[in-house]
Amino acid sequence: MLDHELINRTLGAALRTGGEFAEVFVEDKRSSSATLDDGRVEELTSGRDRGAGIRVVVGDTTGFAHTADLSETGLRNAADAAAAAARGGGGGVREVAVTPVDTPRTNGARIAPEDVAKATKVELLSLADAAARGEGNAITQVSARYGDSRRRILVANSDGLLAEDDQVRTLFSVSCVATGDTGLQTGRESTGRTIGFELFDEADVEDMARRAAGRAITKLAARPAPSGAMPVVVGPGGGGVLFHEACGHGLEADLVAKAASVFAGRVGEEVATPLVTLVDDGTMAGEWGHFTIDDEGRPAHHNVLIQDGVLTDYMWDHLRARKEGRPSSGNGRRQSYQHLPMVRMTNTYIENGSDDPADIVSSTDNGIYVAQLGGGQVNTATGDFVFGMTEAYLIENGEITEPIREGNLIGNGPEVLTRIDALGDDFAMGSPGTCGKDGQGVPVGDGTPTLRVTSLTIGGTAA
Amino acid sequence: MTDLNELARSILAGAAGDESVEVCVGRAVETEVRVHGAAVESLTVAESHGIGVRVVVDGREGIAHAGSFDDDVVRTLLHEARDNAGFAEPDDRVGLARPDGVAVVAVDRWDRAVETTSTDDKIALALELEAAVTAADERVRGVRAAIYGDTRSETAVVNTHGIDAHTSATMASISTSVLVDDIDGGTRTGGAVDAARGPTALDVAKVADLAVARGLQLLGAGPPTTGRPLVVLEPRFAATILALVAGMLSGERVVKGRTPFADRIGDAVAAGALTLYDDPTDAASLGAAATDGEGLACRRVPLISGGSLDGYLHDTRSARGLGTSSTGSALRAVRGTPGPGHRSLHAAPGDGGLDEFIAGIADGLLVASLQGLHSGVNAVSGDFSVGVEGVRIRDGALAEPIREATLAGAIPRMLLDIESVGADLETQPGGAIVPSLVLAGLTLGGGA
Repeated sequence: MLDHELINRTLGAALRTGGEFAEVFVEDKRSSSATLDDGRVEELTSGRDRGAGIRVVVGDTTGFAHTADLSETGLRNAADAAAAAARGGGGGVREVAVTPVDTPRTNGARIAPEDVAKATKVELLSLADAAARGEGNAITQVSARYGDSRRRILVANSDGLLAEDDQVRTLFSVSCVATGDTGLQTGRESTGRTIGFELFDEADVEDMARRAAGRAITKLAARPAPSGAMPVVVGPGGGGVLFHEACGHGLEADLVAKAASVFAGRVGEEVATPLVTLVDDGTMAGEWGHFTIDDEGRPAHHNVLIQDGVLTDYMWDHLRARKEGRPSSGNGRRQSYQHLPMVRMTNTYIENGSDDPADIVSSTDNGIYVAQLGGGQVNTATGDFVFGMTEAYLIENGEITEPIREGNLIGNGPEVLTRIDALGDDFAMGSPGTCGKDGQGVPVGDGTPTLRVTSLTIGGTAA
Repeated sequence: MTDLNELARSILAGAAGDESVEVCVGRAVETEVRVHGAAVESLTVAESHGIGVRVVVDGREGIAHAGSFDDDVVRTLLHEARDNAGFAEPDDRVGLARPDGVAVVAVDRWDRAVETTSTDDKIALALELEAAVTAADERVRGVRAAIYGDTRSETAVVNTHGIDAHTSATMASISTSVLVDDIDGGTRTGGAVDAARGPTALDVAKVADLAVARGLQLLGAGPPTTGRPLVVLEPRFAATILALVAGMLSGERVVKGRTPFADRIGDAVAAGALTLYDDPTDAASLGAAATDGEGLACRRVPLISGGSLDGYLHDTRSARGLGTSSTGSALRAVRGTPGPGHRSLHAAPGDGGLDEFIAGIADGLLVASLQGLHSGVNAVSGDFSVGVEGVRIRDGALAEPIREATLAGAIPRMLLDIESVGADLETQPGGAIVPSLVLAGLTLGGGA
């Protein structure tokens, strides 16, 4: 993407004021999306973003500048700005020579988005619309969205690293509104993979549309959710967001270092029931949080965070790892070249247990069964988190009965981990997500088998 | 420096005879300082560029955007947007803004102090904030974040119907999140933010004091028992809740039948004490603006008067859908599609304030934080359920703090059940100017 000599000169300029570490991150991203709403293809959008972010580290201070101008002058100006921001003193000239790293390309999309006709992408939307409306007159609104992106990145730093990656992601979602005597209810279904248009060889958009419509129709009969603490069974696939919020963020080394995590200083301790083995794994080919190298040029890793209930490690980026004299765990990510990297999750999941999912439900006298979760949020310092349930049912006398309206669940991370008393053998990955932290969003995946938490607080309106 | 309107017009010049074209060009210069442990953790200085092009031909719309002013990128945009338009289906609602004769109210949104204040002085503000937080109370265990940030931005919107607008604004803010030791060895957190047009108007001491006080008021908090207390919202939370309401009054949602407030103009949708309007012409609001995202003059838009629904927020497209005119409420990121929304929500003042409200409540909750708004609010049905922290009110006085709790209800019902509207108008960093509110009928869920 950039001439190696130009990269060397830019890194040299960045280190001119005495920086200990300098990095150039170059990104060229093309994206396209198409939306259908109200039975009509509304609009197609194409986007192009290209630029470089340069950071210089001196002691505990990072200077950062970014530019959309990739000429020698543009890069030099950004390097100067980053160097001035870091201001180490010392000065002097440092020569930098980068060596390309051969990274295994697991990200190869079979069908690149730019090779697919726009008409073909648009057709998917109409198929989904017709399928959703075919589910009955109760379906009054359907919207569908197709999106793809191709993100080429190059990372070079003063340690001599030079790595490149080519990341292709494809996404499809359908949302339906059902109208009934009880008002309006919504249902949504989405799929997203770090692959090309071949996504639609495996994902049937008509099936997705019917599921989204079914969800909205089911909720027309939903009664208000109860409120208060009770057992909660989370179905396969969706539970990942629970762990993402309950402990994932708290295991990010930058928050741990600021003592802003309830899990700080607890490596080696039993933090969860022995059923729980939690993994963050950027190497899972095709998954939404997958990549070959992270946004600091480090290869993706399979990182075991909790093994049989015992906290084994945190997630690390370059800066935090460097301070501790250990390798990065491949968790340094950023939203774009306009952002500094920080510790982020990739694909976070709980390994299979050995319980029969049917037994987990039948052994729950009264509680809630959550089939689909929405987004969540956590305060890592207190461990208190919430997440939304978008499809949920009552469990009465060991049976899944009536649908309930959506609402949030709230819990405390360290407490919830010790309250997981059943784990199924039906592991599945959940819906693609966007994880937000300090204003930056990155794609993440998650997964779990069916599991039960003995007590979570439900935020319903039925007292 | 590139003249943004000139750049936009140069793209417009390529429009074919049967095409309507709109070009939006933006530029922003930002500084952000994060400090930790009395040292600069990171300092970001950057300039970013964006261009968005919309083409409408035969009722079909296509969009292309880019984050660069480079010739090779700029040249492709009109062609790409035009190509995209060919794949959309025609719709009468699609169309670009036309000058509507509404006069632009000039609002001064530029504080030169953003340019003239040295980077060292900006760093000093963040360091000062962290030091003030740390020194405020011995129970302060750490500071999760102490941040100074500012931006200088300008945007041009030009279209083939004669729109040619330019806006510019500065903004500066400081924010912090503090960690305090709880009695049981746990941690509670408190946060505060201040924003203004420039750095010299920021109040470091006030932000530090507020953040620490907000953390300390939650010491000893535990889950509450489930119930239906009266809920007291300080202006900052009233602004959060009223923003949800305004979101449900978006013309786009009305056109598509995705809000419980569709087709209800003239109905009593709220308690008589509530009067709500959007007014970006009020220079006191940080959401103030002269022109909207399509280049039309911003204006005062009545939403609810004395509890009765006045109307909706419209951009050109949603207005065409309802056979009315744009209210100058188009919001847009340079690289996105415009959509109607509020900039500067105002609620008319009522009587009383927090102290009077608390003194008059036998069973209540003073909210201290709301969590999970993005996952817990359904704007289509109006149902909401969010995580909440706060302090219970018993017999007219503040009592025990609570956490790990939920607050749930339905927005249409909640508006009708507004118990009181305060007189204590407060300007919020997000642009709203609203007073405290007391709400009835919400369910507080807890594990105790």
